[in-house]
Amino acid sequence: MSEETRLGLYRQVVRLRRFEERAYRLFMEGLVKGTSHLSLGMEAVAAGVAEAMNPDDYTYCTYRGHAHTLARGTPMDGVMAELLGRANGVCAGKGGSMHLTSIEHGVMGSYAIIGAHLPIAVGSAWSAQLRGSDQVTVCFFGDGATNIGAFHEALNLAVVWNLPVVFVCENNLWMEYTAIADVTAVEHPAADRAAAYGLERIVVDGNDPEAVHLEAKKAIDKARSGGGPTMFEAMTYRHGGHSRADPGDYRPKEEVEEWLAKDPLPFYRQRLLDLGVDAGVLDEIEQQAQADVDAATEAAKNGPLPDIDSAFTDVWADGGSSWRN
Amino acid sequence: MAELITYREAVAKAIAQEMRRDESVVFLGEDIAAAGGVFKATKGLLDEFGPTRVRDTPISEEAILGAAMGAAMTGMRPIAEIMFSDFLATCWDIVAVEIAKSRYMTAGQVKVPLVIRTANGGGLRFGAQHSQAVENWAMMIPGLKVVAPSTPADLIGLFAASVRSDDPVLFFEQKSLYPTKGEVPDGEIVDELGVAKTVRKGDDVTIVALAAMVPRAVTAAERLQEEHGISAEVIDLRSLVPMDTRTVLESVSRTSRLVTVEENPRLCGWGAEVVSIVGEECFWDLDAPLTRITTPHVPLPSADTLEDETLPNVDRITETVAKVVG
Repeated sequence: MSEETRLGLYRQVVRLRRFEERAYRLFMEGLVKGTSHLSLGMEAVAAGVAEAMNPDDYTYCTYRGHAHTLARGTPMDGVMAELLGRANGVCAGKGGSMHLTSIEHGVMGSYAIIGAHLPIAVGSAWSAQLRGSDQVTVCFFGDGATNIGAFHEALNLAVVWNLPVVFVCENNLWMEYTAIADVTAVEHPAADRAAAYGLERIVVDGNDPEAVHLEAKKAIDKARSGGGPTMFEAMTYRHGGHSRADPGDYRPKEEVEEWLAKDPLPFYRQRLLDLGVDAGVLDEIEQQAQADVDAATEAAKNGPLPDIDSAFTDVWADGGSSWRN
Repeated sequence: MAELITYREAVAKAIAQEMRRDESVVFLGEDIAAAGGVFKATKGLLDEFGPTRVRDTPISEEAILGAAMGAAMTGMRPIAEIMFSDFLATCWDIVAVEIAKSRYMTAGQVKVPLVIRTANGGGLRFGAQHSQAVENWAMMIPGLKVVAPSTPADLIGLFAASVRSDDPVLFFEQKSLYPTKGEVPDGEIVDELGVAKTVRKGDDVTIVALAAMVPRAVTAAERLQEEHGISAEVIDLRSLVPMDTRTVLESVSRTSRLVTVEENPRLCGWGAEVVSIVGEECFWDLDAPLTRITTPHVPLPSADTLEDETLPNVDRITETVAKVVG
């Protein structure tokens, strides 16, 4: 792996971490309203996969989608402004934290119904195949999605039609407030079911951005060359709770400590230092990420509130919401 | 020149017309290709367009509509069949929560130009799980267009408009209409969504109907004229969303009476919406209570004797309208 790729991965992980930390703070301050689901501790997955994608590839993610949206190059200002419900948000304040979308950057949406986006991702992969385009679709989902029907319907169809789609399961061990192990028939909810669809059983260290990147690259290359779908399961952990101000204190203390010790950020920094990367270079990346987050926060705080009239737009293709004459 | 064809034949004709015109139109669903559809409405499409564009799917309604949505978001214009409208319940999340809301939630970044075709309604003794009229389910969701033609020509024209629309359309084909015949003109047929059709002129009362209830309303209107000397206007709404309220209001303001006829169970049927609009906007023109004819609030029974008495029939329409006019 080139040093450029490694630094790219590090830059991405740091940016995502700083962004999520700020999102959490703004939520606690009451500036981010409603709810938010953070990827703190899970950044290596989004970073590793995004680094292996082409600009015109497609990403589908869940309501825990800040990291995946940013990792594809969606401007931080627009994402932060969306969290704060501003007109300069990527969805003009109409989507919010759970529905970040930036078609321009291949971010086809953040979907808040568990498992719903897997069949939709199959659809854009099918479209690419029909159009003779080499675009690959990547679909991120959590361990919880593996127990819903849509997961199985989507996998089956993707394999039957040999579609260019990569399914990435982020297994953070907890399905909202319930341990996934307590409610799942197999140990690895995604990987142990791959065989049912004729797919390889792949489990990867989701806190190691390089391991994720290599697995993603292999899968994406395979899809792009007509080899069909891949699914892999990335083992990772939520540093915080499921959402809002959930402290996540239903989790065993030892488990939390064990995973905090495997935090992808210090772990990866250390690896880069061991490989001889200059600490100054890494410090500079961190400072830049913090500066970007600060600037995005200001842009969001100073962003205009949405025009009330915008609540009545975009229902239909004509831009309006009228249903009668 | 016009040709006499069945509503069933109109389906394949409508799909073929759009697939010939536009390469981005693809068609997927259960048993639609090799078998030609369970109602034999899609016969011949596989032969003409091949297995790439006309695809049999597994029994996976969420995957069918999810795939259609993802394809529609990325440059295709899919037609997806859900075999019986009852099965929409199995993929309602994709319909109501994903397809319908995407454009709005993304401030117009996403468009989902697709058509979901489905066989809707009762009359064929299929029992409660294969006979529901569910257009109301769709009507309640902002972001879905809802179309239900009653004749072969309307089916082709409204289908073309649906495929060409950049909005998602739920296209309800009333399954008891499949064997019915109607004239269709030669050449390409393209209609407009949200335009009702006055299928019979009248002065004393306005009957608003949809799909299979339209021919029943017309027959009832003929009987009303013959047996009661009542002149009934019949409006085929044709689409619920967008709704042509102008035509309805204009008619009721002339006739001063309204009766709606719908297949749906009574509670929250589309007729209630029509009645409430007319009640709000036409109140001072009215000479009789606004009246709805519906299926009672029961699941549809299977036995022919029971089903015939449950769905609105010509007798019930005739008697109810005669009573309203007085």
